[in-house]
Amino acid sequence: MIPEIGYGALLVALVLAVYGSAAAGIGGHTGRAAYVESAQHAALGVFVLVTLAFALLTYAFLVFDFSVRYVAANTNRGTPFYYRITAVWGALEGSIILWAWMIAMYTLIVILRHRRNAREFYPWVLTVLLSVLAFFLLVMTVPAPPFQRLTPAPADGRGLNPLLEDSGMITHPVALYLGFTGFTVPFAFAIAALITRRVGDAWITTTRRWTIVAWYFLSLGLLIGGWWSYHVLGWGGYWAWDPVENAAFMPWLTGTAFLHSVMIQERRRMLKLWNIALVVLTFSLTLFGTFLTRSGVIASVHAFTQGSIGMFFLTFLALVVLGALALLALRWDDLRGQGELDSVVSRESTFLLNNVMLVAAAFTVFFGTVFPLLAEATRGVKVSVGAPFFNSVNVPLFLGLIFLMGVGPLIAWRRASLNNLVRNFLWPVTIGVVAAAVFRLLGVRSALAVLTLALTVFVAATIAVDFARATRARGRLGERLLPAMGGLLVRHNRRYGGFVIHLGILLVAVGVTGSQAWSVQDELTLRRGESTELAGYRVRFDGLAASEESNHFKVTGTFTVTNGRGHPLTLSPAKKFYPRDQTPIAYVDYKLGLREDVYLVLGDFARDGSQATVKLQVNRLVSWIWLGGVVLTLGTALAVLPERRKTA
Amino acid sequence: MTTNKHRKLVAGLVIIALALGYMIYAGVTQSAVYFVTPSELKASAVTGKAYRLGGMVLPGSLKWDPATLDLAFTLSDGTATVPVRHKGTAPDLFGEGRGAVVEGRWTADGYFKATLIMAKHSEEYRAPHDGSGAGYKDLMKTLRGTDAR
Repeated sequence: MIPEIGYGALLVALVLAVYGSAAAGIGGHTGRAAYVESAQHAALGVFVLVTLAFALLTYAFLVFDFSVRYVAANTNRGTPFYYRITAVWGALEGSIILWAWMIAMYTLIVILRHRRNAREFYPWVLTVLLSVLAFFLLVMTVPAPPFQRLTPAPADGRGLNPLLEDSGMITHPVALYLGFTGFTVPFAFAIAALITRRVGDAWITTTRRWTIVAWYFLSLGLLIGGWWSYHVLGWGGYWAWDPVENAAFMPWLTGTAFLHSVMIQERRRMLKLWNIALVVLTFSLTLFGTFLTRSGVIASVHAFTQGSIGMFFLTFLALVVLGALALLALRWDDLRGQGELDSVVSRESTFLLNNVMLVAAAFTVFFGTVFPLLAEATRGVKVSVGAPFFNSVNVPLFLGLIFLMGVGPLIAWRRASLNNLVRNFLWPVTIGVVAAAVFRLLGVRSALAVLTLALTVFVAATIAVDFARATRARGRLGERLLPAMGGLLVRHNRRYGGFVIHLGILLVAVGVTGSQAWSVQDELTLRRGESTELAGYRVRFDGLAASEESNHFKVTGTFTVTNGRGHPLTLSPAKKFYPRDQTPIAYVDYKLGLREDVYLVLGDFARDGSQATVKLQVNRLVSWIWLGGVVLTLGTALAVLPERRKTA
Repeated sequence: MTTNKHRKLVAGLVIIALALGYMIYAGVTQSAVYFVTPSELKASAVTGKAYRLGGMVLPGSLKWDPATLDLAFTLSDGTATVPVRHKGTAPDLFGEGRGAVVEGRWTADGYFKATLIMAKHSEEYRAPHDGSGAGYKDLMKTLRGTDAR
């Protein structure tokens, strides 16, 4: 009975979404408020119904209702409580329902926040949001029905993919989808701006916080994904240029470009067309990413494979892109910018270059990801490009972007005079150059590492110079040091929030550089009691033990790690044997540190416990990446605070 | 925007586009790896060239020496077989009778030297095979008797 209620709720929600979308459009067109109000009620109804459906699906998981095909496919009686909840969005159908629920929630927030302050756009924003919702609801009724019955109902389910039994699966998909779906709102506003011919900066200022929040969640989703890869998959890496990772990275790149280019429009009335194009591109890439991961066109480590859903997404994607292009063509005359570029040495052109590089990086990732499809379609050969391709093209772009991160926020608008350049950049450049020399003297051999670290120091120095100067200015007005600093952060929260986010990105850059340049690893077989040494760490194999968990068996190795200082450390990597799988899954153990992580993977072992093959890694500076995520969070929190500048 | 500035801007963008185009072209030619089946590799193997070879691990062909970390097995596509050698443990989900993709080079000594092994796995799992759990129970029993102390 419950699955039928869930299915019914989704059907009614679909009808309501289609109705609401049309009603809001009519309301926007005729200017009659009653239609818009009716659409609002429909949107509220959709939210309640999708919430109900989501709750019912969760309930089906909690009570092991194996008569539901999706439940039977993704859980079994041994699945622990928490993972029964995360299993709800562990595969295709559930991820779509989570996605729809998030858009419905965002729609509700839009209604609560903007029904008064964005009146001209508002009806059309509702139309777009409800149309997107209708699409996802359609997907849930035809190609990916979460409540589909399985007859006869099996006595036990097949269980969750063991790799997904991890706390990262609680947060990673949720953050990622909050990011993906978050870009629907700026997209809806952009389309509304085109329809109403109000392509000025009103739609941008209204959606500023939306964009930052969506961008933040997408960043967080990517970082947590990296963390999951690092501590679950057991290869000691956090990023593999896997198609699924790329699918999430592309909208991040264009979203980052958008986040910066809107500032130019706000300040200089330029780039109107570009901004709308960017947000349409970002939204399209979130759909494209879903298409890539859900349609099975690309074989990937964690791509879900499913039949007709690919066609649905491709059709919807085509509708979105063609519709947006048609609208852009219709509004071509409105989209000419008023400002113009005065000089190449200016903040505008720095931001422009930043945008070009970000979009170029997105294009590179796109090209590398679809290259196998292109090659097979045009030349009939199966060929792929791996990490070397992505690295060789993107590393120069990213280095350029880090450099611009230092230049952009400080250089003058319009035209930077020599005086302005010297005033802002003399110290940071000097510090950067000195840093490069110091790193070299400290024995950093890789030129790439020296360059990246020096650039990072340069950018950090620009931020420090700016902050010190502003603090001193307030100090001259008689404020004490600490209140002056606090006042700056609060009153110019948007600027300094941006700076803090930049610092977070720098930490990630240092982590990536360090781990690439200085990580070391070894793989070998140890007899019981035998030790090995790597990078100052001595690892002794003490033995194996077996245990039985709720849904699997586990063979755990005990290893004692010493490095000459501090207490010896015990690491217990394991192999987990899930009864329904032919081969075991590794369970990594590690000790994280600011300088380096000791990372141990149990490979093969002798059944009598006399020997074990291990992969031992000392990974350098990886923790800085996760630390960068924390700093990103702080910066975002600061940036989205209400602006207080005017009252100051 | 004056035409002169416009020209400069367009010129700048063209230069960037050309540079990117070159980087992508160079990247693809340097790192493109062809995906081949054992039959295709047998038909036209170029020694020293990088390939991705996909096939099934032939049952009974897997040899593993923990002391030297030498892993050897045979990949088959039903018509042809290719001997593969690798240094290091196999990844999770790798095993006889299962699909695997290996990346590496064809050597003059008549075997494929793999630098990377990828086991195929998907989100959607098949139903457990009958009695497959029994073997593990056995294993557990053996291991329980062998605690470190």
